Amino acid sequence: MSLRPSVDAMRLVVPTLALTALLAAVFWLQPRAMSYMGLNLLFNLAVPIALATLAQMFILAVNNLDLSIGAFVSFAACVSATFLQSTPLIGVLILLAAIAAYAAIGAVIHLRNLPSIVVTLGMSFVWTGLAVLLLPAPGGSPPDWARSLMTTKPPLVPMAIVASVIIALIAHLIVTRSSLGVLIRGVGGNERSVERAGWSVLWAKTAAYALAGTFAVAAGIALVGLTTSADANIALRYTLLSIAGVILGGGEFVGGRVSPVGAVIGALTLTLAASFLSFMRISPDWQIGAQGAILIIVLALRLFLNRLERQEGRA
Amino acid sequence: MKRQSLLLAGAAGLCLAMPLSAQADTSDKSIALSNNYAGNSWRQAMLTSWETVTGPAVENGIVAAADAFTTAENQVTEQAAQIQNLILQGYDAIVINAASPTGLNGAVREACDAGIVVVSFDGVVTEPCAWRIAVDFHQMGSDQIAYLAERLPDGGNLLEIRGLAGVFVDDEISAGIHAGVEEHPQFEIAGSVHGDWAQDVSQRAVAGILPSLPEIVGVVTQGGDGYGAAQAFAATDREMPIIVMGNRHDELTWWKEQKDANGYETMSVSIAPGVSTLAFWVAQQVLDGAEVPKDLTVPFLRIDQDNLEENLANTQEGGVANVEYTLEDAQDVIAEAQ
Repeated sequence: MSLRPSVDAMRLVVPTLALTALLAAVFWLQPRAMSYMGLNLLFNLAVPIALATLAQMFILAVNNLDLSIGAFVSFAACVSATFLQSTPLIGVLILLAAIAAYAAIGAVIHLRNLPSIVVTLGMSFVWTGLAVLLLPAPGGSPPDWARSLMTTKPPLVPMAIVASVIIALIAHLIVTRSSLGVLIRGVGGNERSVERAGWSVLWAKTAAYALAGTFAVAAGIALVGLTTSADANIALRYTLLSIAGVILGGGEFVGGRVSPVGAVIGALTLTLAASFLSFMRISPDWQIGAQGAILIIVLALRLFLNRLERQEGRA
Repeated sequence: MKRQSLLLAGAAGLCLAMPLSAQADTSDKSIALSNNYAGNSWRQAMLTSWETVTGPAVENGIVAAADAFTTAENQVTEQAAQIQNLILQGYDAIVINAASPTGLNGAVREACDAGIVVVSFDGVVTEPCAWRIAVDFHQMGSDQIAYLAERLPDGGNLLEIRGLAGVFVDDEISAGIHAGVEEHPQFEIAGSVHGDWAQDVSQRAVAGILPSLPEIVGVVTQGGDGYGAAQAFAATDREMPIIVMGNRHDELTWWKEQKDANGYETMSVSIAPGVSTLAFWVAQQVLDGAEVPKDLTVPFLRIDQDNLEENLANTQEGGVANVEYTLEDAQDVIAEAQ
């Protein structure tokens, strides 16, 4: 039991190291980035990615995988850029309905024992379709409050950093300090024993999906606040980025082992990796490959640490 | 008194000279190209043109640097991040071919706020602080009818080959064609097919609709579809109509063969990929302190009977006829817009 906190801390070591190393490299390559404005420019597009990564994290926590995050964030962005801006009440209702739909998907997946990958892959087409219906051509404009929220200039520390810290903190509280968070992780760890202990697995999975939907909606709103408009394909990359972010941040595909702080760090690292490669003047043909290489290096480091951890556990 | 006025005149002269001496000093400025996609021959030619023109410009000290950046995945969020990186890298101007007309507005705004000149072309952005070098696709359509009206004063039936359904460019060119037909009522569009800007699709589509059509005197196109249409007509015993071409190598080659064999006459019109170099010079002019209107229009690259050989010789096999713009061309375009 006394090993537990140190294991959790260990999980955060690699992502934090990776982020720090990348940040140092970026500062060295581009000293201009070492400023209030520079940090904001480096990280502001990471805020929606961090939110999407947390959404994915809740799904991974119950041993499922969500392939519709990108499409859903795009859909939320389209709603934000249209209804939420022009008729806020209807916009809020649509977004709430979308979150309810997400929760329902979670319930159906559990009740019918369906593979989450297949269901969410199917849903991704539904979300994209709805987004295209809303915004057949790129356009729309953000609600004023979303725009001003994403462009605020808090003193000393740029918005992107403040937002990342706040988001990580909220998710951390939900996952580690609330009974719901414990339940969700418990379902990921051992579904059957949670059930035998008298808890409702259905409720846990539904809640996990609802939380994911909520964070994904937040990602959509944040994204529109940054880009000032939406299109139906705006966030398609987020599906894979979010999965990579969770894993990079110390989460695992099974076992309910997730770390909200790690997930946010993972999202920041992925964003920074792209900037780093662009500052390095690596040709775009090689950039995807190089991004993959960074991922593999970090994951290899983690495997190495995991092995150390296990040896320690044995000793 | 006289001396005073002389002094005044001298001062006025100095004032006039000031902007001139301030000009031509962009030698310490750097310009970046942010491009969202490089996966077809048009975009490849666009990037090559950029290098051909900016290389000597950097060597001659007109600008300090002109680097091209292409995003790997043609995604709005990726290009927005790329633009933000370019801001950090300290470029003085960013030339953009945008993945979305509105999706980059946030990043473009950031760039403008940082005092960076943003010039968008081809895929233009709507953010008011950026310059736009847009293509007048509507006119590209109506010009074709104007040409046909010149060649065929009696009019007749036309076949329209459209592009990819649902794309803004397709709607615009088609609207231009229909506006042209309204202006020249001796023409009637007897049929319309979607050729998806590809020769093989066009050939199939035209071959499919031809049996149901009356005599066709002209084919209006959107580029990339003329050769396919010609093949479809050649397979029947119909007389070859006037097919407007779209500057592709295979179209020009076919036209040249026909011209040599039987004096076939037509015209060809499209946008030169070298428009990237026009954007480069416009950015340089803005950095130079020149007054440049925010909205500029790209001139078409039109090929006629007499300059066909010359253009064909300059077109790579499988490519599109291209032209690289000079500083003077950019100044002409700017002057025209004023």
